Amino acid sequence: MATETQGLVSSCVGMDGSAIGMPQLCADWFPNQIFWLVVTLVVIYLILSRVALPRIAAVLAERQGAISNDIAAAEDLKKKAADAEKAYEKALADARAEAQAIAQRTRDEIKAETAKAMEAADAQIAEKTAESEKTISDIRASALENVEAVAKDTAAALVAALGQQADQGKIDAAVDQRMKG
Amino acid sequence: MATEEVTGESGGLVFHPMDQFIVEPLFGTGSVGMFTITNVTLWMALAVLCILALMVLGTSKRAVIPSRSQSVAELAYGFIYKMVEDVTGKEGIKYFPYIFTLFLYIVFANFLGLIPTAFTTTSHFAVTVVLALAVFLAVTILGFVLNGTKFLYLFWPTSAPLAIRPVLMIIELISYFVRPVSHSIRLAGNLMAGHAVIKVFAGFAALVAVSPLAVLGIVAMYGLEILVAFIQAYVFTILTCVYLKDALHPHH
Repeated sequence: MATETQGLVSSCVGMDGSAIGMPQLCADWFPNQIFWLVVTLVVIYLILSRVALPRIAAVLAERQGAISNDIAAAEDLKKKAADAEKAYEKALADARAEAQAIAQRTRDEIKAETAKAMEAADAQIAEKTAESEKTISDIRASALENVEAVAKDTAAALVAALGQQADQGKIDAAVDQRMKG
Repeated sequence: MATEEVTGESGGLVFHPMDQFIVEPLFGTGSVGMFTITNVTLWMALAVLCILALMVLGTSKRAVIPSRSQSVAELAYGFIYKMVEDVTGKEGIKYFPYIFTLFLYIVFANFLGLIPTAFTTTSHFAVTVVLALAVFLAVTILGFVLNGTKFLYLFWPTSAPLAIRPVLMIIELISYFVRPVSHSIRLAGNLMAGHAVIKVFAGFAALVAVSPLAVLGIVAMYGLEILVAFIQAYVFTILTCVYLKDALHPHH
């Protein structure tokens, strides 16, 4: 840029092309600066308000939504996990209780069976005992009878051996008397 | 742009720290009219393109899990949105697009201005005064539209004793009308000063004896300017929010 023309065209630039005083205070340039500033501001404002700001606001809202959704989902999953754990604990407790009940029932059954078997055995034993006792008393009775018979026979034989003819009736009576005494 | 011409033969130093702020036509050498395409146009257009790239192209995927550029766009959005909400309350949210426009324009203009040989549009009072006046007028009109004459209670602090209220009113009035001045000069002044100081250091770099120091100074100033570029955009934006709060809730 030729310095001489600049010197001609502006009162704020000297012949050597350098500023005279503060260029900021050169009123010649104010309209130009103000005009382009207004244009610039309007363009920036339109760009921002029409395109950029709605877009960024939408993105921020979307992100906020995604974050709160994710947090809600995480909360939900956490609750589900807690529920599952609770259910598991409950199932475990139930199973344990059932096992205990089954064991108890089995124990009771076994006890009842044992008792029944014992009773049956007792009854059998008692029966057997009674039977045996009867047999013994029978044997004893028959033995007594046999003893009586043997005594009578022996007495008759003794009497005969002593050379006497004994009356069978008298011998029986005598033996009976002796047996009672 | 030969802004740092050093007249080699004489060994003297020539400083033109303000030449970087000259507005000139991009094409040809005519005078700078209202609609002339100038370096102002170029750097404002670059700011618009950067904003377009970040906020539109960067977010074009609309991903729930953001890419890097989308992440930055969302960060900027969230940063200013939260600022508007915190300072002005829920009622201020509907002015968020304009406040965000201001922030993005200033922050991109500031950072683009840090590119060597760039033109910093926000270092010009014409620009920042328009920005600040727009905020000032909008806040004042909005204050009267939303609150009617009750907006004037902003200058009549009923919580103070009656005797000192007139004094306070004068102070409040002055501070209210100084707002656009401080609002605009703070931004342009900070940027202009920083950029000019870098140029002064650059001028010293022509002297062999002090050139290492000068380069070090440029690096240090550049680091500071990066901070300033962001902080001034932030300050401008948060002050806009604070002023807007006055229009929305004048009595508190």
